Amino acid sequence: MLLGRTANGLYWMNRYIERAENMARLVDAGLRMALTRTQNASEEWNSVLLSAGSDAAFTQKYSDYTAANVADFLLRDTSNPSSTMASIETARNNARMVRTALTRETWESINEAWMSLKRMLARPIDERDLPSVLDAIKRETALIRGSFYGTMLRNEIFDFSQLGTYVERADNTARILDVKYYVLLPSISWVGSTLDNYQWESILRSVSAHRSYRWVYEADYKPSNIADYLILNVRMPRSLTFCYRFLTEHLRFLGDDYGERHACHATAGKTQAMLAAGSIKDIFDAGLHEFLANFIRDNIRLGDEIAQDYRFY
Amino acid sequence: MRLAAFDEMLPEISGLRKPYSAYDRWLKEQDPARLTEKMQDAERVFRKTGITFAVYGEQEASERLIPFDIVPRIISGNEWRRLTQGIEQRVQALNAFLDDIYHRQEILRAGRVPKELIAKNEAFLPEMIGVRPPAGVYTHIIGVDIVRISENEFYVLEDNARTPSGVSYMLENRETMMQLFPELFQQIKVRPVENYPQLLRQSLAAVRPQSTKGAPTIAVLTPGSFNSAYFEHAFLADQMGVQLVEGQDLRVVDGHVAMRTTEGYKQIDVLYRRVDDSFLDPLTFRPDSVLGVPGIMDVYRAGNITIANAPGTGIADDKAIYSYMPEIVEFYTGRKAILGNIPTWRCSEPDSLKYVLEHIHELVVKEVHGSGGYGMLVGPAATKKECEDFSKKLAAKPSNYIAQPTLALSTCPILTDKGLAPRHVDLRPYVLVSDRIQIVPGGLTRVALKEGSLVVNSSQGGGTKDTWVLDD
Repeated sequence: MLLGRTANGLYWMNRYIERAENMARLVDAGLRMALTRTQNASEEWNSVLLSAGSDAAFTQKYSDYTAANVADFLLRDTSNPSSTMASIETARNNARMVRTALTRETWESINEAWMSLKRMLARPIDERDLPSVLDAIKRETALIRGSFYGTMLRNEIFDFSQLGTYVERADNTARILDVKYYVLLPSISWVGSTLDNYQWESILRSVSAHRSYRWVYEADYKPSNIADYLILNVRMPRSLTFCYRFLTEHLRFLGDDYGERHACHATAGKTQAMLAAGSIKDIFDAGLHEFLANFIRDNIRLGDEIAQDYRFY
Repeated sequence: MRLAAFDEMLPEISGLRKPYSAYDRWLKEQDPARLTEKMQDAERVFRKTGITFAVYGEQEASERLIPFDIVPRIISGNEWRRLTQGIEQRVQALNAFLDDIYHRQEILRAGRVPKELIAKNEAFLPEMIGVRPPAGVYTHIIGVDIVRISENEFYVLEDNARTPSGVSYMLENRETMMQLFPELFQQIKVRPVENYPQLLRQSLAAVRPQSTKGAPTIAVLTPGSFNSAYFEHAFLADQMGVQLVEGQDLRVVDGHVAMRTTEGYKQIDVLYRRVDDSFLDPLTFRPDSVLGVPGIMDVYRAGNITIANAPGTGIADDKAIYSYMPEIVEFYTGRKAILGNIPTWRCSEPDSLKYVLEHIHELVVKEVHGSGGYGMLVGPAATKKECEDFSKKLAAKPSNYIAQPTLALSTCPILTDKGLAPRHVDLRPYVLVSDRIQIVPGGLTRVALKEGSLVVNSSQGGGTKDTWVLDD
């Protein structure tokens, strides 16, 4: 038996851990772009902020898209509720609330991540230190994930946690693609130009997939392959299909345990079926942007339905 | 002024006391540097696992540890037997008193306790008149604060009959000691305390409402993660294997209190609440409370939930009532109190007030409703000006105060940079009441870390020690 409030805490704890890491990854990709293509740097930072869903809040505070401003806003700024620091703090508050549902190892890894990131992000980041700060954020979240996977019982507590992780991850990947969808659209200009090459690499880098891409596809970047990798590949841990494979699996476990199926089961099942039947050609033909916009909308609805069906509030 | 105090390990006249002999032998073999190291280990263990008190808020700095001393406080089997007899008698009397005060009020009619003391007391809840809690138990979990002043003199300093805290420290202190010094526990037979959570769970299950079908569902009600004792609430729920709930999780459904789970509302039969009376039910008590459950008092009056401790138990541990405890014990048990009270002057009585004002520099004066060591004056330690200022407050509202002689609380050594040094201690054993009374052999020993200080409260620089009851 699990309290609705506890399920809610577990769900959001994991969404925010995922988000804390995603912010670091987005800044990482932006930094790489800014280093290699200096004349387009501000455009790149702008798309990083759009992917993070934080552009409007950013422009209220800053007028320049510089590495220092964007990194500060996405990593340190606690007035930005999605920044790494704000996310890890929210994750820890949720963990504290649901502490009786967590193993000692999991709680301690979150507590220690919070303590160490709080120290590290207490002052503005010197640009020279940015790579090591980004590494540290990824390391801390990896430690949390490691102790979580290594010690938690695979029961409803685990299921609600995983739902949070994969709803957040699917949202993140879809947004990154949507911000850059036009770069992927096949057009007469795409053929082998270096301009497109670095844009494509940037997309892969922001989901930590620039190396694994080459293991799966041929060495050259092709927009249809990149889209296929991030949307339809079953093995790629940040692809939409991968996320929905696990979302439906954990929802199925919950449905079996409780002996009851809800609206969220239907929604997740529908999206998964759509992904399983789809081909990248169909998606491009129907419109990549429309496809992603629908996906993001349905994914948000899934989150709302989970909260309602399992009495989070 | 320094009081000549009885040291529980090394009284100056009689030499090493027997309960400490085996420990002393072990201690003499230890390298002092290693002990200092162990002391630091202990602190690391506490901080890492987050055993903190006070606010666990925004800043790391506000997460405080209660200092822990590695020298155990040791009580012999014989001393413990005497203590438990006295505690049992007292706890029986407390429950009998509560039952009486909310029903026939015979003790008032017999003139043993003045009527106005009850009628005007905020801790007395008129809402509880005529309500008989499930199994007839009012105060289920009690922490009795005991002080010692000589080989054979133990006194009760305070009865905590509302929501006594600190039991998690009793358990964690033992856990830490066993991690630091496993060999000690092989050499010395110490009675275990770690089954407290199981006993608590059994005890709560035993007082379930009569209407409960099957195994009762138990939950711990916490004000939330920002409460200073949240760690203990989470710890106890976890150790008992029951849900930790907040007011927002609960509502009244079909005449029962129920918690919102992922599968719908589930009935709760026994609620171990760590929320004060006044916040328990906004429909009955404070209407602005968001920590409680609207309507829970109706469910309670209908006998459909056990609330531990019952609302209104505060009338039994009120400081104004305390001075009547010897009469109360005798009235309900028919025997003289085995464990005495500290002699107490009630400042509401003119003769007593006169005496207290004249002798304020040698007395401890306490606010009747104060707690945590606040609002009190320790005469011998106070300056002349402090005594004068306090006298004015006292004269202005005498009924708000009681006074007690400054007792030379016993001391027990702690480990300091310069080796062992005596510090004053008290003892809070934890008592569980259901169809029987159970006392876990041990308790929380609080120690005043400042040399000469008599204030053991953690909020004022007190620390804790592991408390051993010997299996001898």
